[in-house]
Amino acid sequence: MEPFVKLEGLVAPLDRANVDTDAIIPKQFLKSIKRSGFGPNAFDEWRYLDQGEPGVDNSKRPINPDFVLNQSRYQGASVLLTRENFGCGSSREHAPWALEDYGFKVIVAPSFADIFFNNCFKNGMLPIVLSADVVDGLFNQVAATEGYKLNVDLGAQTITTPTGEVHSFEVDAFRKHCLLNGLDDIGLTMQQQDKIKAFELNHQQTQPWLFN
Amino acid sequence: MAKTLYDKLFDSHVVTEENGTALIYIDRHLVHEVTSPQAFEGLRLAGRKPWRISSIVATADHNTPTNGWDKGLSGIADPVARLQIETLSDNIREFGAKAYFPFMDSRQGIVHVVGPEQGATLPGMTVVCGDSHTSTHGAFGALAHGIGTSEVEHVMATQCLVQKKSKTMQVVVNGTLEKGVTAKDVALAIIGKTGTAGGNGYAIEFAGSVIRNMSMEGRMTLCNMAIEAGARAGIVAVDDTTINYVKGRPFSPKAEQWDAAVAYWNTLHSDEGAKFDAIVTLDAEEIQPQVTWGTSPEMVVGIDGKVPSLEMAKNEVQRGDWERAYAYMGLTPNTPISDIQIDKVFIGSCTNSRIEDLRAAAAIAKGKHIAPNVKLALVVPGSGLVKAQAEQEGLDKIFTEAGFEWREPGCSMCLAMNADRLASGERCASTSNRNFEGRQGQGGRTHLVSPEMAAAAAVAGHFVDVRQFV
Repeated sequence: MEPFVKLEGLVAPLDRANVDTDAIIPKQFLKSIKRSGFGPNAFDEWRYLDQGEPGVDNSKRPINPDFVLNQSRYQGASVLLTRENFGCGSSREHAPWALEDYGFKVIVAPSFADIFFNNCFKNGMLPIVLSADVVDGLFNQVAATEGYKLNVDLGAQTITTPTGEVHSFEVDAFRKHCLLNGLDDIGLTMQQQDKIKAFELNHQQTQPWLFN
Repeated sequence: MAKTLYDKLFDSHVVTEENGTALIYIDRHLVHEVTSPQAFEGLRLAGRKPWRISSIVATADHNTPTNGWDKGLSGIADPVARLQIETLSDNIREFGAKAYFPFMDSRQGIVHVVGPEQGATLPGMTVVCGDSHTSTHGAFGALAHGIGTSEVEHVMATQCLVQKKSKTMQVVVNGTLEKGVTAKDVALAIIGKTGTAGGNGYAIEFAGSVIRNMSMEGRMTLCNMAIEAGARAGIVAVDDTTINYVKGRPFSPKAEQWDAAVAYWNTLHSDEGAKFDAIVTLDAEEIQPQVTWGTSPEMVVGIDGKVPSLEMAKNEVQRGDWERAYAYMGLTPNTPISDIQIDKVFIGSCTNSRIEDLRAAAAIAKGKHIAPNVKLALVVPGSGLVKAQAEQEGLDKIFTEAGFEWREPGCSMCLAMNADRLASGERCASTSNRNFEGRQGQGGRTHLVSPEMAAAAAVAGHFVDVRQFV
């Protein structure tokens, strides 16, 4: 996994609450057995005017001009600003894969769905929770300022606006450590394999039916 | 100190813990074709093997067709879907599993129906699957939740998950449900109250006399929908209903192990005086049959209700969501729910495809016929075994005589990955769990209801209060 340390990125606003993972990446693209290539189909049903299918050349499809991410001023955005409960619904990791492949590294919202939030960290992405008021303010600033960028510093746990406002955010210490260093969870857990084996042995003795 | 059931389940699986981040041991790993291929590929690339093959139970469900089984695999018209189903078989052949129920096996079905009916889900277990509706298995007093594909690989490689403890929420439903009011209505009424984000960060324990009197099928429906309230896990304490359901299933403990297991399982309840971080209460008498009107499960009202008007929205963000939902659903505020006409009906999904669900829907459909405006009414049993049981009871005949189609098991039109889907603009009474935009097909309009309500809507051609039929 690529380490995440700092990012200065263009912000794209998606002004909706409860954006679900079906909207982020519709089901027909989940048939892929690969981990990559989902970006062109991120938000497929909102982004294009026709019905998307795997294997279709997306560059030839009609674009929905009303969808915010299609506006020229938000091309190249790497920070997604959105509302409550982002990523609710299905546990599909294809959702963060699609967002990451699209170019988003940071998502800012007042709250996230638990499984999606967790899946982001596994893919070198940083979901940031800020209060609804602060998020509201950021939506206003983004709308008012073309080329609006945020500076995200994971080490300092801050985001800084173009006018120098600084907002602190919380992040779990373990997840922060893994992101900063680009660490693979499995490798870390394997360092504990003696403890896992010891636990398993005891577990098997007390609840042998779990091991039939 | 008095412990909640969640605390007991979590604490008994901690391998090691540091600064609140724990490594917890996973007893059961359920696997399906959609969220596993990248995990198996990860193992292969790293030269890793599954830590404990006997923990893995796999089946194909999301992509499988519900008709044309006489043609076998070649009956799957979509080559991408077929490849994914074949890839699961290849991966299980290469890496192994305790049990695998491939496409068309007599025990194949929705992973959350198959696990419990095989006795592969047991009280006290930790259960994971790359599927958010893994919360279903919490009905057995198990700690069960969905995980992403990276975690699927992590569990395969290490038998563990990195976890922080959730907060705990107790949802108490006391009283007696009216006839025709089901576990599905309880689930939707809870979500209507908490909102779809209300359970974020929590594990929910469902309690109260309504839950104690509920069958295992009902408890599974309830725990299944915990994720729709935002909670990754829903749990119900173990009682005789649980133990009687588990007894005698293929993977349940036998002989002397059974008695030891039951003795342990009987401790799986929250202790008297255990503290929850939040408590939500509902009165059973106030719960009507529920119908969702919008594009999130929290957009729900009783059958006597109307599509809410904007003045009822709690803030600007919700106003925006409701305006988009009216437009997407093709509904205007203040429309009575019983005036909404439907085009299709779907009875199935990991929420409502078990034998009890099919019996309840069949009891409504018996001797009647679907309305002329209903183009298609699908009944998709949750598993091959549910299907066989229903056929033995003659339910298939009741459905087909009433104009329903009786299909092969799978996830089907709950998420429309296979050929079963809504066309744009079509309106469906569905017993599934999500009414998101596009969930059942691009432009499709989903109204979530109980099996009884779906059957009644099929017959009437519009939503109708099922209490007048029971």
